[in-house]
Amino acid sequence: MIPAAFEYYRPDDLQGALALLHEHGDEARVVAGGHSLIPMMKLRMAEVPHLIDLQAIDALRGITVDGNRITLGAMVTQEEIIAHEGLATLVPILREAALQIADPQVRAMGTVGGNVANGDPGNDMPGLMQCLGATFHVTGPDAAREIEARDFYEAAYMTAREDDEILTAVSFDAPNGGQSYQKQKRKIGDYATAAAAVILTREGEHCTGASIAMTNLSDVPVWAEAAGEALIGTDCGEDAVIAAINAMQEAIDPTEDNRGPVAFKRHTAGIILARAIARAWSRA
Amino acid sequence: MNDLTPDRDDRTANLKGIGSARRRVEDARFTQGKGNYVDDIKLPGMLFGDFVRSPYAHARVVSVDTSAAMALDGVVAVLTAKDLEPLGLHWMPTLAGDKQMVLADGKVLFQGQEVAYVVARDRYVAADAVELVEVEYEELPVITDPFEALNSDTVLREDLQPGADGAHGPRRHANHIFLWEEGDKTATEEVIGSADVVVEEMIYYHRTHPCPLETCGCVASMDKVNGKLTVYGTFQAPHVVRTVASLLSGIDEHNIRVVSPDIGGGFGNKVGVYPGYVCSIVASIVTGLPVKWVEDRMENLMATAFARDYWMKGRISATKEGKITALEAHVTADHGAFDACADPTKFPAGFFHICTGSYDIPVAYVGVDGVYTNKAPGGVAYRCSFRVTEAAYFIERMIEILAIELGMDAAELRRINFIRADQFPYHSALGWEYDSGDYQTAWDKALKAVDYDGLRTEQAARVEAFRRGETRRLIGIGLTHFTEIVGAGPVKNCDILGMGMFDSCEIRIHPTGSAIARLGTISQGQGHATTFAQILASEIGIPADKITVEEGDTDTAPYGLGTYGSRSTPVAGAATALAGRKIRAKAQMIAAYLLEVHDDDVEFDIDRFVVKGAPERFKTMADIAYAAYNQAIPGVEPGLEAVSYYDPPNMTYPFGAYICVMEIDVDTGEAEIRQFYALDDCGTRINPMVIEGQVHGGLTEALAIAMGQEIAYDDMGNVKTGTLMDFFIPTTWETPHYTTDHTETPSPHHPIGAKGVGESPNVGGVPAFSNAVHDALRPFGLRQSHMPHDHWRIWKAAHDLGLHG
Repeated sequence: MIPAAFEYYRPDDLQGALALLHEHGDEARVVAGGHSLIPMMKLRMAEVPHLIDLQAIDALRGITVDGNRITLGAMVTQEEIIAHEGLATLVPILREAALQIADPQVRAMGTVGGNVANGDPGNDMPGLMQCLGATFHVTGPDAAREIEARDFYEAAYMTAREDDEILTAVSFDAPNGGQSYQKQKRKIGDYATAAAAVILTREGEHCTGASIAMTNLSDVPVWAEAAGEALIGTDCGEDAVIAAINAMQEAIDPTEDNRGPVAFKRHTAGIILARAIARAWSRA
Repeated sequence: MNDLTPDRDDRTANLKGIGSARRRVEDARFTQGKGNYVDDIKLPGMLFGDFVRSPYAHARVVSVDTSAAMALDGVVAVLTAKDLEPLGLHWMPTLAGDKQMVLADGKVLFQGQEVAYVVARDRYVAADAVELVEVEYEELPVITDPFEALNSDTVLREDLQPGADGAHGPRRHANHIFLWEEGDKTATEEVIGSADVVVEEMIYYHRTHPCPLETCGCVASMDKVNGKLTVYGTFQAPHVVRTVASLLSGIDEHNIRVVSPDIGGGFGNKVGVYPGYVCSIVASIVTGLPVKWVEDRMENLMATAFARDYWMKGRISATKEGKITALEAHVTADHGAFDACADPTKFPAGFFHICTGSYDIPVAYVGVDGVYTNKAPGGVAYRCSFRVTEAAYFIERMIEILAIELGMDAAELRRINFIRADQFPYHSALGWEYDSGDYQTAWDKALKAVDYDGLRTEQAARVEAFRRGETRRLIGIGLTHFTEIVGAGPVKNCDILGMGMFDSCEIRIHPTGSAIARLGTISQGQGHATTFAQILASEIGIPADKITVEEGDTDTAPYGLGTYGSRSTPVAGAATALAGRKIRAKAQMIAAYLLEVHDDDVEFDIDRFVVKGAPERFKTMADIAYAAYNQAIPGVEPGLEAVSYYDPPNMTYPFGAYICVMEIDVDTGEAEIRQFYALDDCGTRINPMVIEGQVHGGLTEALAIAMGQEIAYDDMGNVKTGTLMDFFIPTTWETPHYTTDHTETPSPHHPIGAKGVGESPNVGGVPAFSNAVHDALRPFGLRQSHMPHDHWRIWKAAHDLGLHG
């Protein structure tokens, strides 16, 4: 559990970090909270001769609420999200999900940017950001650009971000409606066996809008568009929920691991989604 | 006597002796980060060792090329089996009469096996050099299933003569280690064959690992000037390590000093001798410099001693009324690549034959087959006496299954089969003499405490609600009444590598009335410095706060067999009490002299000797200690010291009644512990607070084992649970509240009646948790579902019963 030797950099602005990335190419990686990358380096599964620490870059920090628009700097920690009073009111699902990530020690270090940019299918924020319809902001050597969270993930650890780009922020509109993040895990600190992010809008007894995303049930987060559509216009009753679950099952592709076989994961995914829908509906 | 004279209660309280909830004296340093563990030891010029380990579970080692590693700046040496062979150290004996490769000699037999040992100036260079050692492997067929091993043509241990006997008798197959039997097989088969009711079941107790917070490690330091070797290490048995080191190395035993500093948990993992110790000692002898080796968490889980892995096929028979008539167990024991179980030599399956449990079973038979597979060696007693948790789990599952077959309440079935209080000392069908017990009283107290009948009513109502579709959560009531066998053990039949399993205590009283006691055991968190001082305080009348307890340095401590199997209090605790009585006997003579009366005319009274019938005439122990060093007393040697080596006449038999109330979610497989009641009877209770702490810790390890903790392998012999992401260690979040309770049935043969408690909660806890899971699904037809009961396995059990529609 000792990593290979590496050079450590701690630039104090984004341009400095980008220049280092450009200079060292494939041999360089940026590190945010370090809770994914550092263990991989210690296992020598990731070889990073040049490690660029983003901790000193103030421009990547801070939570901004501008009317209905929320921007989270890439280096905002899970702990900062949990402690932020405005977010708890505007986007309760964000706090609800952050509280289910790892443990307090990890949440004090783990960042939004690292969580979404790493492309680890076990991470909770990617699915949540897809549910929220968030936009990821990345900056490369020449220009900045925006990528939709729903277009960002290509395969496990493969994303639309180029190697010479740094994810600087995520932004999204505070959603209307009822929200819920439900996660089953084996223990504190574990990734999800199955997790569901659900946002529902409601007029009277009818669902007028639905967004559903699932976590750790495929090699990428799964925004289950058809599952959401299955709820729209319904009363989110038993039949509608079954239809949503069936649509979700079409979209996920779990694999067997120590958390259990595929049949169990599919079953659990359905249960967790049903619970998230019920909770979100009760809050809508 | 006047108003200022402390009364007897105050004097007793001042001693903080037996029965006092004295605070742990160790905690001041542990809670402030001031402990001194192996990895805190830094010696001048110290080098670091690290292992090249096999990625394969079974492969031939074609070649080991160390040249690139040796070329790295800072690398001092790279050892392979070829380097150790001239010293005869490429293999080493195990505690179980087998031998084990220190470094791969021609082949590897489990993933993580030690192949080469790199020595470098710091641990970072060592880790880099490990990457540079090039090993060419030729993969061989892998066997991870012990049943397959006994039917396979693949020979794992090519070093063993085919057909030759092993350390425990005939081997019937190349991958067979031993068949060990106890009891009357013929009579058992006859009774079972003609019984009213018989149930048969395979009970698997899965492979897991003690996983102490501190991993294993050592610092070896050879002083070439004076010829003395010092080894600091995470040793649960430092004196045995010294003897083994002397026998292996040829260094005279007086020239070896073994020191166990503070140890961060052992749980059996730190009893045996590992290749890391041997290689570090060799490296220090070769280089003349100290060499440190400390394994990381993955190495600890992958390569050092595992626990359990017992496939226990049982048959139990009973009359129609539920009186048990016979028990039979046939165990297939997966020992991994080498038989490195840490058991007393004559007991290759430990004390598994305590498996008749708390019940009066007239006839029984046990047979245990030890088998080699391509898994890590071990088979240690993980927070239990030798194979006792396996035995307790086996009988407590068999009882539950028998209750189902009989249509009887499992609490009642236990009650009518208990060994009665008037039957002690009780001779079991498998050869043990249970020293004492009162099971009915404990059982009734436990059932009443949890309102057992009320729980059954609630459970039945929940089942009805479930059937009506109103809930998806079921209630399980997990019952266990366990009997342990601890305190190994009588030298006549208990030894490790020929060393009898006595233990020892040496006491020196200082002139001003304080004392130091040294023991042959070694605390790994048990709190010996706290509790052994309490035993002495009560025995010799010196306050516990004025008694230092020291263990673990073989140059100063008397010889002992160490701490594991709940043996410290039963054996070393007895030695402590008896050494204290020797002190007291001499103190009596000194007191009589000082008081100018005959020896028989004074008597011990809490903290002093008083003249019989004249309590105002007394000498305190402080007075007596001073006199022992400062006054010429005719016929009495100066000084006040004693040593006692205690060979226990029997084991002790702690017992307990545990009840777990659990709710399980049949859809997600999640389990919630709603209530856990633990009644322990460990005989005389030395420190109720320490006992409670032991019970909490042991129950939490039991929770881990029952509900998720395992060492799992894939078909290629890869360890699937090699990190704490997958290997379950409960945090405060997963740990439920425990209610502790007790009865007190002193051991009749132990000087203070104590029996040991550290391991009871693991022995009793595992079946209590597991039985709760089973009991929740029992109304729907579940008989047996193997541990660990993690989410998907509970889900699968429910699924197989058709509970998912």
